[in-house]
Amino acid sequence: MGYLSIVVLLPLAALVWASRAGGLDEFWSQATQPEAIAALKLTLGLAAVCALINAFFGTTIAWVLVRDRFPGRGFVDAVIDLPFALPTIVAGLTLLALYGPGGPFGIDVAFTRIGTLFALLFVTLPFVVRAVQPVLLELDQEMEEAAASLGARSFAIFRRIVFPNLLPAILSGVALAFARAIGEFGAVVLISGNLPFKTEVSSVYIFQQVESDNGTGAAAVSVLLLLISLAVLVGIGAFRRWRTRHDHV
Amino acid sequence: MSKWLLRFTALGYLTALLLVPVGFVFYRAFSDGFMHAWDAVSSGRAVHALELTLLLTAITVPVNTIVGIILALALVRGRFPGRGLLNAVVDLPLALSPVVVGLALYLLYGRGGWLGGLAEHGIRVLFAVPGMVLATMFVSLPFVVREVVPVLREIGTDQEQAAETLGAAPFQVFRRITLPAIRWAVAYGVVLTTARCIGEFGAVSIVSGRIEGKTETLPIYVQSQYAFDFNTSGAYAASVVLALIAITTVVLLRVFQPKEH
Repeated sequence: MGYLSIVVLLPLAALVWASRAGGLDEFWSQATQPEAIAALKLTLGLAAVCALINAFFGTTIAWVLVRDRFPGRGFVDAVIDLPFALPTIVAGLTLLALYGPGGPFGIDVAFTRIGTLFALLFVTLPFVVRAVQPVLLELDQEMEEAAASLGARSFAIFRRIVFPNLLPAILSGVALAFARAIGEFGAVVLISGNLPFKTEVSSVYIFQQVESDNGTGAAAVSVLLLLISLAVLVGIGAFRRWRTRHDHV
Repeated sequence: MSKWLLRFTALGYLTALLLVPVGFVFYRAFSDGFMHAWDAVSSGRAVHALELTLLLTAITVPVNTIVGIILALALVRGRFPGRGLLNAVVDLPLALSPVVVGLALYLLYGRGGWLGGLAEHGIRVLFAVPGMVLATMFVSLPFVVREVVPVLREIGTDQEQAAETLGAAPFQVFRRITLPAIRWAVAYGVVLTTARCIGEFGAVSIVSGRIEGKTETLPIYVQSQYAFDFNTSGAYAASVVLALIAITTVVLLRVFQPKEH
């Protein structure tokens, strides 16, 4: 417990303390700087889009990995973990090499919001896949077979039977991906170009404020990010408890 | 038909987002010749960055492994007020921006911070190795805990109680019964922790001060090569070193993966 207090809680307490060292008015004026607000809006928007795309592709990938049989499936399954293992700065650099200036396909999304979104999608890829996969493995296929024998089309089976069973896992994966996308720094710092009001996300904004010795401004925005992270975690926790109470499986 | 469509969608997305970019970095790193890439990663500055990264990892991983096992035991077996809070705190580093972590340490140990006075007594935390260790510990804290907790839940306490009834001391019970049961989960968590330590960028970026040849880790070296020194092939070469470590990690994760029954 002592370790946890020193390593985690004490620094966070210092952060909250520093954010309001100049009083609440100062905190508010720092947190509502136009550049800070623009960065926060962009961060939330990109994270939301990123979470939605992950919900779709993550579920599709999990489905293909569990239900489909093709050569190289084990390899693809292993590759999913790569974004967790790869340093984020390398992730950003790899995307920039391919989809940046002078890339081989002539696609250049460097210093754009699309490029930033690519970086977020890269680092958040495993969350939904790894949340949905075990549930899909456990899922009893008898219900689907019953529905099929009663004449349901495959899309109807997915929508009425499979999807409701997967939804909790999808949501918890999406929530983690969202939280990760909000805070991501290493992967976006190179590809976004950090243009204020255009591609600058909150984590980069905080970094710039530290560099220009505006600790209070950095702390104010950081506290907002901290609150968002906490809200997501509390949300996931509450959802899990609610599920176990209402689930008799 | 729909099967093919799904397969194509899933694999196409993975290829465009993951496989081609990572493969391309390997290609770019060696496109100026192998020797050029080798020179870039064998320079004194690059080697120092790699050594520092490995040092941080070597300190952090054992500490977070031991603390992680203790925290997991407390979360599963312990009954005390504030257990829910403890659970949330352990998860926090997963959801929190590394930049925020770095800033928190920066404010705590920096000028005017609560522990800023340490520097006057000759204990340098900020812009030195201790601060970087603290940042790395913070961000890599949850991995062992999160892997061990579900296994502890699953195995229950029957065997431990049996051993106790037969007169085993608490540490004996842990070493002979609990530890063998959780060892694969611990190994899996250790691999994840290691990967996180090696790759950490945001938090270390802030607390290290990025002093060239002194507090520069390999990920920071990659960024400064690319963004400040405009030595892109150097950045790619160092990235390949990190990517190889990541690929090793993924292989190890396969080895230690919990077996499906």
